[in-house]
Amino acid sequence: MAAALDKRGIKRRGMFGSGVVDRYFRSTTFLLALIVPALILILAIVLGRNSSGAWFRFNWSFLTSSTWDPSNQEFHILFAIYGTIVSSFLALLIAVPLSLGAAISLSELAPRWLREPASFFIELLAAVPSIVYGLWGVFVLAPILRPVEAWLGSHLPWVPLFTGSPRGIDMFAAGIILAIMILPYITSVSRDVIQAVPATQREAALALGATQWEAIRGPVFGYARSGIIGAIILGLGRALGETMAVTMVIGNMPNISASLFSPAYTMPSLLANQFNEASGMQLSALTLVALVLVVITIIINIIARLLIWSVSKGETRGAC
Amino acid sequence: MIRPPLHQAGLHLRRKIANKLMWVFCIGATLIALVPLGMIMFYLLEKGLPNLTLNFFTQLPRPVGETGGGMKHAIIGTLELIGIASAFGLPIGLLGGIYLAEFGNNKIGGVIRFTADILASVPSIVIGMLVYTTVVLHSTPRPHFSALAGGIALGIMMIPTVTRTTEEMIRMVPMALREAALSLGVSRVRTIFTVVITAARGGIITGVLLAIARIAGETAPLLFTAFGSRYLSTDINKPIASLPKQIFDYASGPYPSEHAQAWTGALVLVSLILILSAAARYATRGNSRMVR
Repeated sequence: MAAALDKRGIKRRGMFGSGVVDRYFRSTTFLLALIVPALILILAIVLGRNSSGAWFRFNWSFLTSSTWDPSNQEFHILFAIYGTIVSSFLALLIAVPLSLGAAISLSELAPRWLREPASFFIELLAAVPSIVYGLWGVFVLAPILRPVEAWLGSHLPWVPLFTGSPRGIDMFAAGIILAIMILPYITSVSRDVIQAVPATQREAALALGATQWEAIRGPVFGYARSGIIGAIILGLGRALGETMAVTMVIGNMPNISASLFSPAYTMPSLLANQFNEASGMQLSALTLVALVLVVITIIINIIARLLIWSVSKGETRGAC
Repeated sequence: MIRPPLHQAGLHLRRKIANKLMWVFCIGATLIALVPLGMIMFYLLEKGLPNLTLNFFTQLPRPVGETGGGMKHAIIGTLELIGIASAFGLPIGLLGGIYLAEFGNNKIGGVIRFTADILASVPSIVIGMLVYTTVVLHSTPRPHFSALAGGIALGIMMIPTVTRTTEEMIRMVPMALREAALSLGVSRVRTIFTVVITAARGGIITGVLLAIARIAGETAPLLFTAFGSRYLSTDINKPIASLPKQIFDYASGPYPSEHAQAWTGALVLVSLILILSAAARYATRGNSRMVR
């Protein structure tokens, strides 16, 4: 009698007690976690299905030609690809040396008490929303750039980069704004990667009589190289997808010009400006723009994460 | 690779100079990197403070071109959008993170982690397009912009951040704590909620607050979802104003009075985000990460 009760008691706990709750909990969390891949799947289906019209109509010429003419239903986006790539690389050109200098300072040179607050202030830049950069770009940066551009245009008129009207709302402004926006990301990830270099690497070089710079240039950079490249590519990924600030300062003109001082267009700003009022073939073309943009940014981000991961072995993965 | 130049004074000097130049460059780069932050903060205060009166928080916009008025509608709108986004994104992010940490050491867990990273790298404007196509176009009785759609777009943006930080924080809880609870006969669910989450609480709260801080300033996903409005509305079925979108609209217009409002709005928005970020840091003191 007592044994049977005991048996039932144990059975009961196993069947209807905590075990069942555990299993329900596990499947609930599992279902909710599945929403993440489901969202990616939905995104792929929506972008793929809604852009097929434009793809079948224009095919590769969508990417290789530059006419954007809603009234004649002709949509080609080479100008936007050009604008996206040039503005992003301009941003890297400005941000990479500054970020690496700052990362070295924050991990190797600066006194310990200064590292925390300085990192904090640089990372504050990442907390400022895109729209505030845009506002600042339009009302502060552009008036500063105007005389600079005018001066460069009149003193170096033979350089094609500096021709055009110096309005301060152009490719140059977009590059600078993007540089400021990606700087904190590149800085903080490269700082982490440099800090992940074993101290013995540095100490060995210093013990052989290397100066501090030589110890950084050789062993530290050698060890952290792929992680730093990853940080830079991560910054590139951010720059490519950035919308609001760029839309506000780039001028939004669908043309390709060698001059940095002429207005341009990027893929995200094309979406921001036209998606609301688009229909039919234009909507399909804009969805194809989004698809191209998503594919590029995802590839870039995967490469960046793999490179960073290869140095810090998962340490910074969640942080970026 | 590096040979000590015992008898070469010139080489020695050159190496010392290179070292000093590098020092100067790195410190200079750090200072230059801080200039934009200083400038942005300066102009936010200079142009934003004069209008920062009680009226800004309690009044609605005046008709176009008139001075005065406030952004009450946009402040309420932003808070409501954050609320909807949290109601949608947090359960998925938190419980998804628990799944990954506690049960996710398998292939499916790997797939979820990978797709979370992909979702985090999708440009925000594309998230807006996705919600436009799936929610706005399918809302009844006819397609319309709504606070709900805006909240869902922002919620989607929260999910990957919250999932991954929750997972990482829970993984940092020592296995011995779990084993101690399980060995006392406590069920798995109770162990997770009373022991594991209690231990990881600070880090999880930090992750949540940072995710909220990040979406609070997002504009791009709202362009085709919440759309914006000049009027006070709390109806989740109607277009709703938000601080970032209102700043964008004001900044794009030609009126100096609206530009002034935009600066004050930006000051309020940045303050909100900094308060959230500071609270996030406070939740895990000693942990210094702030970027995402």
